Amino acid sequence: MSRAWRAVRERALNVYAALAIAYLLLPIAVIAVFSFNDPEGKFNFTWQGFTLEHWTNAFSLPPLNDAFFLSLELAAASTLVATILGTLIAMALVRYQFFGRRPANFLIVVPMATPEVVIGAALLSMFLIYGLELGFATLFIAHVMFSISFVVVVVRSRLIGFDRALEEAARDLGATPLTTFRTVTLPLLTPAVLGASLLAFALSIDDFVISNFNAGESVTFPLFIYGAAQRGIPVEAYSIATILFLVTVVAMAFTVWQQRRAQQMASIRPEQEDEPYAGTPAMPPAPGAAGG
Amino acid sequence: MTEPSVRLEAVTKAFGDLVAVRELDLDIPQGEFFTLLGPSGCGKTTTLRLVAGFEQPTGGRVLIEGSDVAGMPPHRRPTNTVFQSYALFPHLNVRENVAYGLRRKKVGGDEIKRRVEAELERVGMAADINRRPNQLSGGMQQRVALARALVNLPKVLLLDEPLGALDLKLRKGLQLELKRIQREVGITFVYVTHDQEEALTMSDRIAVMNQGRVEQIDAPAQVYERPATTFVAGFIGVSNLMPGQVTRASSGRGQVRLDSGVEFETATDGIGSGERCHAVVRPEKLEITPVDSSQGASATGDPSSARIRPGPTGSEAGRAQDGRPTIDGVVEASVYLGTATQIVVVLPGDVRMTVLVPNADEAERARLPGGGAPVRLSWAPEHIHVVRESAGAPAPDAGDRAPVAETSK
Repeated sequence: MSRAWRAVRERALNVYAALAIAYLLLPIAVIAVFSFNDPEGKFNFTWQGFTLEHWTNAFSLPPLNDAFFLSLELAAASTLVATILGTLIAMALVRYQFFGRRPANFLIVVPMATPEVVIGAALLSMFLIYGLELGFATLFIAHVMFSISFVVVVVRSRLIGFDRALEEAARDLGATPLTTFRTVTLPLLTPAVLGASLLAFALSIDDFVISNFNAGESVTFPLFIYGAAQRGIPVEAYSIATILFLVTVVAMAFTVWQQRRAQQMASIRPEQEDEPYAGTPAMPPAPGAAGG
Repeated sequence: MTEPSVRLEAVTKAFGDLVAVRELDLDIPQGEFFTLLGPSGCGKTTTLRLVAGFEQPTGGRVLIEGSDVAGMPPHRRPTNTVFQSYALFPHLNVRENVAYGLRRKKVGGDEIKRRVEAELERVGMAADINRRPNQLSGGMQQRVALARALVNLPKVLLLDEPLGALDLKLRKGLQLELKRIQREVGITFVYVTHDQEEALTMSDRIAVMNQGRVEQIDAPAQVYERPATTFVAGFIGVSNLMPGQVTRASSGRGQVRLDSGVEFETATDGIGSGERCHAVVRPEKLEITPVDSSQGASATGDPSSARIRPGPTGSEAGRAQDGRPTIDGVVEASVYLGTATQIVVVLPGDVRMTVLVPNADEAERARLPGGGAPVRLSWAPEHIHVVRESAGAPAPDAGDRAPVAETSK
């Protein structure tokens, strides 16, 4: 009795963790499994038989391809711009004193807390007021807008812990301010910037609500799936979704690895007298974990 | 060298209302190991940063080898700094850290390799050239930081409490090594520390700073033996200060009368007749002898009510048979410190004096007076001298009563 109880107690955390992971991954597993399904009719909801057909011909449906590549394009463009702008904003907020810095520091997180429906509707009415034609441009503006906050938050937290003496050391050793940024500041910020951009990418590629308001004639991947849901989602969409998921996992693993390296580098402390080889620090929360 | 390596002319640095450095004048000759010593907040690090170019003075001039460096950014100054936190680049290995300055100067690849390796050899880190800073201990990081600065052959090397984060034993070793390296390279070192013992060990000259001002600039022995102010007397070693007044002064010498009534003649160092002053005797220069209480010399048992009593015949006030000045008090505490015993004696007027008695042999130590015992302090006339009150600043708290070797906060 007591031995059994102890065994349960020792494994309780493992069991709990396994259940939590299963809860998170089960819906995705369903998608992956059903990408191998061979449905009779239009609807891919019940298991009928195994086939590789929808993997070998994953990119055989032009409207689906168009939607998928539009989403990739949109995500790439908005990630690039949001990452650059967000990094610069974070630097300004952390490094410089200026009028309105404190309100700006607070307001930058407001878009994260605002319901997407509100943002989508607000952007739509703004675009209508200014007479912008809805399409890729409006989608791009909207995606940059909601990604920036996340980039700023991630990069800002890294900048706050940044040892300014490193930059002074570079200046002291003869580096101009620009060279200092290139050879010291940027390399040390890279893990955070990469993590932030991955997060922005994930947010953009799966956004539905805001895109739905501002897409006009354009059809992104999530919009296509939503539209197809009534007519029956083609199995190829399951395959592409699975590919997307796998790519994201790889990118996420890369980010976590980068973050770990950054943590190890940051763990240089003069006090670490007895432990030159400090153990691997606890895994930091991946910045991308919040997204997707 | 006719031009001083570093020269500060009436340099002032204010951060808003806070004045960190006031009207500072310094002349540091080529090749000197010069130390800025003072408590935290005294302006020593700000002074260093003014020379490095991280701060611009709000008044006065900074000259490096005779040329005014006003407005010159740090990357164009012929100075290099060893930072308190080392500030090694975590994303570069030891070789690239040391090579960083040379790469900025576009030195050729072969020369970089040669100089980096030679410099790491000098600081004893040649074996770790391919390791990352986070794989090194604090002491090793310190050596790399030193090599990274020295490899550029700066005109002046600035060191901001470089040993502050290391443990005592490692610090002692590195002190001697730093001194050796400084002699070897012949570069002017400007060293900032709050550790008086470190300053005494390494420096050619020490500037003792307090509240943005220099209180005294002198060789280590001079600073210790002949402090100029009450602040210096208290910061370097133990503040054994007895308040008094110069009663007569002429041509450098004069008569001093302590508030306790003891009078003696000494060098007055420019303190005029009638001025208030403090008399300093270092703890190891004081001699302590028990007073037989049956003679009724001074003992009341209660330190706060201790009074100076005239000697047995009154006319011999404060003067022993051999002509040495003496003063009576009561032992407040006696602490065993290993190499010595520290005895705190309370004198009349609530003046506390610390006496350091070497623990030469066990029997003698057993005879030392304990708490509450009446004692008589005496000193050789050449071991007492007078200092003036520091401007504005109180002498450090008497709570810091510890012998020189232990005071390294």
